[in-house]
Amino acid sequence: MQHTHSQDTLVGLFVAASITGLFFLAMQVSNLSSFGSEDTYKVTARFSNSGGLKVKSPVSVAGVRIGRVSAISFDKETFESVVEMSIESRYDTIPEDTSATIYTAGLLGEQYINLQPGGSDEHLENGGQIEITQSAIVLEEVIGKYLFNKTEEKK
Amino acid sequence: MIDFLTQLGKTTRAAFNKLGRATFFLLHTLFGISDVIIRPRLLINQIYSVGVLTFLIITISGLFVGMVLGLQGYNILSDFGSEEALGVMVAASLVRELGPVVSGLLFAGRAGSALTAEIGLMKATEQLSGMEMMAIDPIKRIMTPRFLAGFISMPLLAALFSSVGILGGHLVGVGLLGVDDGSYWSQMQANLDFQDDIINGVIKSIVFGFVATWIAIFEGYDAIPTSEGVSRATTRTVVNSAFSILGLDFILTALMFGDQ
Repeated sequence: MQHTHSQDTLVGLFVAASITGLFFLAMQVSNLSSFGSEDTYKVTARFSNSGGLKVKSPVSVAGVRIGRVSAISFDKETFESVVEMSIESRYDTIPEDTSATIYTAGLLGEQYINLQPGGSDEHLENGGQIEITQSAIVLEEVIGKYLFNKTEEKK
Repeated sequence: MIDFLTQLGKTTRAAFNKLGRATFFLLHTLFGISDVIIRPRLLINQIYSVGVLTFLIITISGLFVGMVLGLQGYNILSDFGSEEALGVMVAASLVRELGPVVSGLLFAGRAGSALTAEIGLMKATEQLSGMEMMAIDPIKRIMTPRFLAGFISMPLLAALFSSVGILGGHLVGVGLLGVDDGSYWSQMQANLDFQDDIINGVIKSIVFGFVATWIAIFEGYDAIPTSEGVSRATTRTVVNSAFSILGLDFILTALMFGDQ
């Protein structure tokens, strides 16, 4: 086999280029770099309606994402939706009387949880629960109410 | 009518027979891995002819596929005023589907057909029987390095295809059409997941590489040792690989992304 030496170099270049590609995909394209082995703590909140919220939906305070929804389950006793959130450990100063609201990003965007910090000196800890919650706004309900009011006014 | 049934039975039996032989052939090939570990040179030569020579067609196709996605995606997304989502659209379609599938098809066309023709000609010129006469197992010596080379090269090529495609989409979307650079990348990062998207794409390309190389070397080994037989085997390689890749892609997509 002739030219073996240059062949080796080319094979090496090929493998290096491809691995760079994979690295590029992992770091630049997906959120691997910002989402490594980050420490999180879990907080739950109960909503009477969690709307279109999904696992991995963002949890944000003042527009900054501080965590993600890690699980959504249904409580068969109280008929509420129990949403578990993983919040990054470095944000450990969230007051205990914080309220959680489900908002929609834009008119058709995905739903996320917005936390409105309260004034308490006690902080939320792992396994804590957010007591004050406001459910997702279901567009159909709002339109329905509006139409209902309109017809009432006419009478 | 009876003739038809006989024919049908014959064809079905022949198909199962071939599948059986292909499976034994695959096992035999896999048993040769220990021989390749002793002689890594064989593998490197094959990675050169299977992987490196396919490199160019993969990068150029990837670039153009990405550019077309950028252009088409921009036209549609700008109707909804959400050009910022261009990055997600280009990256998701490349990483999840187009990267593995198109590079699999190109791989079958470029490397698979070359493998079949090479092995078929070796058979036609009785090189394989010659090796057997010298007590060298041609499957372990010829097929295993080629199989491993395809199996290793394909995921690498698919990753390259996706990366170059995303850069191509960036070139058209951000460079020519004026999508914001920051939102191109940040939307992509926010919506693509390493585990769900990238790893699944890599798994797909590994499966396609396995199947396409298996088909290519088996068709070559199974070819009728005439010039016509080799040409038919080469055609069958491309056709069967394309069918298998597209069929498997549906199954894998249903398994990976079906429950979301």
